[in-house]
Amino acid sequence: MQPTLSFEQAPPISVPYRFFLTAPLFGAVAGLVLAWFGPAALASRWSPGALAMTHLIVVDFMLQVMCGSLLQFVAVVAGANIWRPRLVAAVVHPLITAGAVFLATAFLLGQQVLFLLAALVFATALGLFLTVMAVALVRTPARSASIRVLRLAVFGLLLTVVLGVTLASTLGLHRSLQSIWSLPTLINVHVAWGLGGWALMLVIGVSFLVVPMFQLTPAYPLWLTRLVPAGLFLALCLWSLQLLPGTSAAQSWQSGVVLAGMLLAGLYAVATLWLQSSRRRRQADVTLVFWRGAMLALLALAVSWLLFLALPQLGGQARAPLWLGVLALPGVFLSVIQGMLYKIMPFLNWLHLQRQGGTVSTQPNMKQMIPERAMRGQMRLHFAALALLLAAVIWPALALPAGLAFSASCLWLEWNLVGAARLYVRFRNRIRAAAAAPLAPI
Amino acid sequence: MSFPTQILPAHHRHCDDLFVAAEEAAGRGDWTAATSAFEHFQTQMKAHFAAEEDLLFPAFEAAAGSGSGPTRVMRLEHEQMRPLLAQLEAACAARDGEDYAGIAETLLILMQQHNMKEENILYPMCDQALGPEAERIAARMSALLEQRRA
Repeated sequence: MQPTLSFEQAPPISVPYRFFLTAPLFGAVAGLVLAWFGPAALASRWSPGALAMTHLIVVDFMLQVMCGSLLQFVAVVAGANIWRPRLVAAVVHPLITAGAVFLATAFLLGQQVLFLLAALVFATALGLFLTVMAVALVRTPARSASIRVLRLAVFGLLLTVVLGVTLASTLGLHRSLQSIWSLPTLINVHVAWGLGGWALMLVIGVSFLVVPMFQLTPAYPLWLTRLVPAGLFLALCLWSLQLLPGTSAAQSWQSGVVLAGMLLAGLYAVATLWLQSSRRRRQADVTLVFWRGAMLALLALAVSWLLFLALPQLGGQARAPLWLGVLALPGVFLSVIQGMLYKIMPFLNWLHLQRQGGTVSTQPNMKQMIPERAMRGQMRLHFAALALLLAAVIWPALALPAGLAFSASCLWLEWNLVGAARLYVRFRNRIRAAAAAPLAPI
Repeated sequence: MSFPTQILPAHHRHCDDLFVAAEEAAGRGDWTAATSAFEHFQTQMKAHFAAEEDLLFPAFEAAAGSGSGPTRVMRLEHEQMRPLLAQLEAACAARDGEDYAGIAETLLILMQQHNMKEENILYPMCDQALGPEAERIAARMSALLEQRRA
């Protein structure tokens, strides 16, 4: 069957917005978990508090926004028809939300049945999401570096989910799979695909389009658009070889793989910063500053990891992985996500008001959707919270203020996004009322 | 030898440059420079619309056998851009920097996602569907864009 090309199938505004509007709330909950458990949550990456916070952030914040954006983005970039986006969103959004709550509670309370429930819910929700995305991305007639990278990212999500569901089932079923794989090995591979193969790959694929697009920078060099995703993918495949029987987690070639992966990530961060510094549009809006913060965090992550490899007495400390985790999650991914939300929501507001019949004189422009001062203030709080979180890894006594600051920045983000959504509803109602009574003043 | 996939993306970049020049001048409050840069930008945008709507799209629709689908959406997005151009012109005349910045931001994102769709999907489809005629259409579009540039 000939793939149909449609630019009009961009989903209804409620499809991405439901994901965007709930995500920051779970970031706020993650901050409260840190504040509540205090220094104990920062004892190591295996503390129940750390595991719960991590999954609230990666699933209920990051994955939610990423799923919502992809349903929108793929329809636009690939001109691909997403199969029944309204239905997919209605199933995937509540299930992912519930799954992450089950998982976080399971870590905090050690309840085995909740692990099983989480596994079941994620397998269902993400199985559906992945199928729909894979079909759209395979059938698209579009050709660009971004599409190729998005396909890799979706594959990365698939492996993350398979490994994650396996892990949750293992924890739920009295660890019966431990005879085949050790838990740490499975976790190493799960985390690598989740953060490198899915989240970072997605950021890379999206950036090839949006970095030049928003600030009018030069395009990424062709060699880089091939080398970085392919190299990262290869490094992840090699990293996964530790799942083979007879290999252990501490073999020296694995340091080589980490080294290669970190060099590629660092190269990508430097290239992005360099492109942004040679942008033709000079103004530095919040989206640009969020992106630059994210790229600096990625660079810091690569440098830290290499230092940890070189200095085992430092890298071997229980809190070293937490340092990397803070740089990766709030540092890289949440910064990119917030910068993108502040660009996507005003544009979608504008576009959908146009579709409702709005005109340039009866609807606000993009800069009137979220007040600039509110976005800048929230951004400063986000970066301050990031600094506090990093400090709390070194001095766990700071866990309480760090958790509260992070929570507050997520709530402020929520406030700003809800404000944009309310503005949309207000103007949509006005446009409808004007259409119903053509003579009434707007 | 040139194809739609070669000349039109280059002209998108040209329009981007003109957009930036006008936006920068308006940001500085230099309204004489902004007005003249904006006029230049608007002329090129309209030339680009004309090259596509009068030459490329009809040829593609004739070859692909459809008056709807992707070209209809592209025309619709051109129609969304025209009032924004008119509003920018009004903001120049009123020397309203805040209005100019907000409308410019809106137009830029609309333009960029539009360009992305054309460059990734529509132009390659045109090259393919038009076959040997692609070059002739491209030459006519080049001539039109050159003539408006003068």
